[in-house]
Amino acid sequence: MKKNKLGVLPAVPYIVWMAIFVVVPLILVVFYAFTNEAGGFTLANFSQMGSYTKVFARSFSLSAVATAICLLIGYPIAYVLSKETPMFQRVAMMLIMLPMWINFLLRTYAWMSILENTGLLNTLFDKIGLFDLINWIGLHLASDPGKYVPIEHFNMINTQGAVVLGMVYNYLPFMIMPIHSVIVKIDRSMLEAARDLGADSKTTFRKVIFPLSLPGVLSGVTMVFVPSVSTFILSRLLGGGTTMLLGDLIEMQFMGGAYNPHLGSAISLIMMLVVMVCMSIMNHFGDGEDTAVML
Amino acid sequence: MKKTLVFLTVLLSCALLLTGCGGNDDQEVVNVYNWGENIDESIFDDFEEQTGIKVNYKVYESNEQLYSVLKQGGVNYDVIIPSDYMISRMIEEDMLEKIDMKNVPNLSKIDPQYLNAEFDPAQEYSVPYTWGVVGIIYNSTMVDEPITSWKVMFDEKYAGQILQFDNSRDALATALFTLGYSVNTTDESQLQEAFDLLVEQKDILQSYVMDQIFDKLESGEAAIGAYYAGDALTMMDINPDLRFCVPEEGSNFFIDAMCIPKGAANKANAEAFINFMCETDICLRNMDVTGYATPSAEAYAELDEETRSNEVLFPSKEVLRNCETYINLPTETLELYNQFWTKLKS
Repeated sequence: MKKNKLGVLPAVPYIVWMAIFVVVPLILVVFYAFTNEAGGFTLANFSQMGSYTKVFARSFSLSAVATAICLLIGYPIAYVLSKETPMFQRVAMMLIMLPMWINFLLRTYAWMSILENTGLLNTLFDKIGLFDLINWIGLHLASDPGKYVPIEHFNMINTQGAVVLGMVYNYLPFMIMPIHSVIVKIDRSMLEAARDLGADSKTTFRKVIFPLSLPGVLSGVTMVFVPSVSTFILSRLLGGGTTMLLGDLIEMQFMGGAYNPHLGSAISLIMMLVVMVCMSIMNHFGDGEDTAVML
Repeated sequence: MKKTLVFLTVLLSCALLLTGCGGNDDQEVVNVYNWGENIDESIFDDFEEQTGIKVNYKVYESNEQLYSVLKQGGVNYDVIIPSDYMISRMIEEDMLEKIDMKNVPNLSKIDPQYLNAEFDPAQEYSVPYTWGVVGIIYNSTMVDEPITSWKVMFDEKYAGQILQFDNSRDALATALFTLGYSVNTTDESQLQEAFDLLVEQKDILQSYVMDQIFDKLESGEAAIGAYYAGDALTMMDINPDLRFCVPEEGSNFFIDAMCIPKGAANKANAEAFINFMCETDICLRNMDVTGYATPSAEAYAELDEETRSNEVLFPSKEVLRNCETYINLPTETLELYNQFWTKLKS
């Protein structure tokens, strides 16, 4: 490798940035997590962690589901896109990014009015007579028509499903982008070689394209999973505040109803650890090509 | 050491925000931090016109959020508008600056019955801005009985239709009123009982809300919700099916007052702003927008008979006698509140 004349100089802004905005806050989080209000050392913040297992479990499982859905939707889009003309790809990418130009909160508020019981979707279903149809069928199928309770709306808002939807909607572009950029860069000659050696398109995809796109998948998964785990406000707006996620729990300790930055830091710290473990396991799997082919 | 650390983080993380607030250097400013939907924002222009002081305005959702934000430090608000119990907590924790009442001559316009209250007996730290009661707002087309009791908030009949406060003090209060206990109780077993009731309620709740309640009740998305009287009026303007009731078990009577947090950079401007807010016509304009009753005697005198006899805005003496003011709770009880709240929400 050629030696850069400037040495490490170009990296200085980045290092300073990281030091101020990543390292210092991290040190503070660790400091807070191990102290109590009086400033003395304590492990009490961690001993309470057991009571939040449910929140941890809920956050990680909902984020995992959201990540899986993003992958299922995002990969095919990225793959199909990469076969289109560069012009088409540019326009499509812009369209995919377009929603991101609108504030996250506004987009989530919009989903609220779409999903509500009296919201856009339910009103639409009602207007096209979907509920009448369902009730008509239900009434005829019911063993005891007298007891049949007609439905007036689908219960969409204030459910875990709505929270997952919010995550998928907000983070999908982060799945598509890295996968797409990896797939477009795959050397065409690889595909030609595969075909020369008699591989049909299915085999080419399975043995060549997919394994080569794995780095993109991995970074996509990371970019969706990590913000999903730590997201807040989504569960408050779409989950009705009754399905609390880690982000909300932490926010509550700093900005919300229960002021306790020490507990908040402890939870953040544990969350970071669990996320890091998850990520390292993932990366480990990503290393072996065999595993990928098995997928 | 710790203080510096705190200051450093907040400073860093809010760097952007702060530069945003700084703006033009020669321009006099006052940074106001208020409840959401709690002011007629057009008065800021009038204030700037009169005094040349520009108003930077931000809102918070609950007293607890305001407390957290101030406690973390690094913010530069000059005027805040907490409620009674939070004011006494802030006074106790030395978070408020004494207001120089010489600079607030309009204090004389405030009805004395709202002055020298329990939370600020010497009237040194606060100037009343609004007052009101908490009650149940319900959609008369979605319930089949007149609502008179807090019990309806815990009634399975309305499962999925109920909205509960998203802050610990008000939420626990609904349970404490239902159980017939004082909202200022420090008795652990009573609080535990109230907490258990809230845990049960969680299954039949539609959601925990603060200002999201406006949309949900106005659109008929929910049938019943507990909230503040002033906001009830705003909602009733939009959806005439909505009704407000102060439950028979009693309710919370509150005064929100303007205060100056410790270390405010523009204290003189803050006092000018507070004084301006007590001008009679400003009180009336604010009242018109927020729906909250003004404590100004002069403004009250200007109101027409219809407004004065509005029971939501100015509840009768009998109703008020049945109401209880929140007072600040001892640290142990506050910690219990925090624990309960975190447990309930998780």
